[in-house]
Amino acid sequence: MDQLIYAIEVVLNGLMTGVMYALVALGFVLIFKASGVFNYAQGVLALFAAMTLVGIQQGQVPFAHMINATFGTHLETFGWSVPSFLAILLTAVVMVLLAFLIEKLVLQHLVGQEPIILFMATIGLAYFLEGLGDVMWGADIKRLDVGLPQGISDSIEIATDKWFGYGFFIDRLDIWATAIAALLVAALVAFAQYTKQGRAMRAVADDHQAALSVGISLRFIWVMVWSIAGFVALVAGIMWGTKSGVQFSLSLIALKALPVLMLGGFTSIPGAIVGGLIIGVGEKLFEFLIGPMIGGATENWFAYVLALIFLVFRPQGLFGERIIERV
Amino acid sequence: MFYREAGDFKTSYRSDGQTFPIKLDRWGYYAVLVVAFGIIPFIINDYWASAVLVPFLIYAIAALGLNILTGYAGQVSLGTGGFMAVGAYAVYKLMTAFPDVSIVIHIVLAGGVTAIVGMLFGLPSLRIKGFYLAVATLAAQFFLVWLFNKVPWFYNYSASGQINSPERTVLGWAVTGPATSAPAKYLICLCFAFVLAWVARNLTRGMLGRKWMAIRDMDIAAEIIGVNPLTAKLSAFAISSFFIGIAGALLFSVYLGAAEVGEAFGINKSFLVLFMIIIGGLGSIFGSFAGAAFMVLLPVMLKNLLVGSLGWPTDLSAHFELMIVGALIVFFLIVEPHGLARLWALTKEKLRLWPFPH
Repeated sequence: MDQLIYAIEVVLNGLMTGVMYALVALGFVLIFKASGVFNYAQGVLALFAAMTLVGIQQGQVPFAHMINATFGTHLETFGWSVPSFLAILLTAVVMVLLAFLIEKLVLQHLVGQEPIILFMATIGLAYFLEGLGDVMWGADIKRLDVGLPQGISDSIEIATDKWFGYGFFIDRLDIWATAIAALLVAALVAFAQYTKQGRAMRAVADDHQAALSVGISLRFIWVMVWSIAGFVALVAGIMWGTKSGVQFSLSLIALKALPVLMLGGFTSIPGAIVGGLIIGVGEKLFEFLIGPMIGGATENWFAYVLALIFLVFRPQGLFGERIIERV
Repeated sequence: MFYREAGDFKTSYRSDGQTFPIKLDRWGYYAVLVVAFGIIPFIINDYWASAVLVPFLIYAIAALGLNILTGYAGQVSLGTGGFMAVGAYAVYKLMTAFPDVSIVIHIVLAGGVTAIVGMLFGLPSLRIKGFYLAVATLAAQFFLVWLFNKVPWFYNYSASGQINSPERTVLGWAVTGPATSAPAKYLICLCFAFVLAWVARNLTRGMLGRKWMAIRDMDIAAEIIGVNPLTAKLSAFAISSFFIGIAGALLFSVYLGAAEVGEAFGINKSFLVLFMIIIGGLGSIFGSFAGAAFMVLLPVMLKNLLVGSLGWPTDLSAHFELMIVGALIVFFLIVEPHGLARLWALTKEKLRLWPFPH
């Protein structure tokens, strides 16, 4: 009985982790759908967004480290701190700017290349952004606090203690993350369904040529999609950053989002969510049940191996479009 | 004027089909070999061996391996680090289990073990391709690193979880262990690099190489004209892993001497080698060497410039290095997708016509 309750708790925590994975995976799906680019840099985008947010919030001088090293000055901060809401807005502006630059400097020159070339270009982009973030804001681990509630939820613990005789430990941040993720997905779906730009985005996703011929600007759509992806990255960055601090390992979450996508299918927003939940629950359960027998830390590879096995049987993923090849 | 092929006539198919059909290239190649084998071992010092030449040769072997898989057979792999770890742990187990057998045999056998592991992880490539496969190879990367970390048998139950290479000799010269001299390290890596490059060159221009390239260019069409995708893909995975395994074995036993799997063979190694072949040139033997040289020299040069001359702190220059590498990857993919090898070929074209531009 105790084992079962532990298992339920593990599953619940896995669901919460899965929501976090799904948030990162969402950014991937958006970009892949609209431009066929498999964006490896999504995780670094989240890291960059979180770093910028902290930097703006605490009034850090960008490139302070480099300026100090070159000119021998001792710049640290401007001495002001920006309110969270304003800082988030400013960061969103930075992300839009970044999206514009990426389109202008990278994507525009790679139109019509093979997907794998585009994939490798985004790996290069990821390295560049990671270096840029570190040079701009410093590589130390930062605390991110935008006022989201944190810590163990007392009310849930008390309530479950009353019902089951065992109090579940659930982080309040995870509950908030789930709610925000649900809102974000609803907003994205509404945007894609009911607005003019959203419809244009779907048209581009279906067929670049046809979209162009009815007067949709590909470049505008790409900038828009990358901006949205930047915004999703910002949300993901806030969540992960609040949870475990803004640090380099944040960008590795992108690697975790890849098996999520393979499971859910590259082109499906619901797929990203379901895939995220499956991976989140799966790796926590596997670690709980099988981990102790084989030495633990199975979370490092379980997601990939699961995705690998799954792919062999269903290469397009759960919700993906069937891949049809012609010569 | 400077680079010429006029008057260099071929009288047989054999001479027309050789690796360096132009006399100037051939002599240049021999000259490089003479310098590499005959002069450098006598003037090499520890700094040059450990900072530049030995890592260059080892990474060149790894890049050759990945280039066979990605450049020639078109299967993108992010599992290079994991396969290098297989080579390293295989050679370690062999070295400690059979101390009397020559280290050269051990290294080759380690390559063989890696080839088998590589084939196993290559099996999914029959069903999935492109970046789906790239992600699938990540499974190899993370699983292998975890395995070597968690199963004590692989590191002989040592307390630190590290593996240390004991001293082994070739012809009376120590090539592993703390007493190794710089020329010995350099020469053993050079011999392996030379032989493997020769093998790779001849494989890629033979029947097997053509099959790989057919699969790379359009797999379904290749299948229709009679290339068996099973054997072509699996052979690419096997031979590529063989090369990468040898590189891993050399990296651990000759270069590092002691290794901890997460640090020495993490995901960053996979990306490093992938960058080498993108910058050097996909599907080119020369490109593998050029890319390895570039990626080994870049940090050394940046460190000399930024830390030595400008006086920046080391971590800042490391971050700058990330930016430069990333920008270069994007730059090469946009401007010159065939990498340094193509730039070299263009230089030769220009020199051939010099001083006339057309």
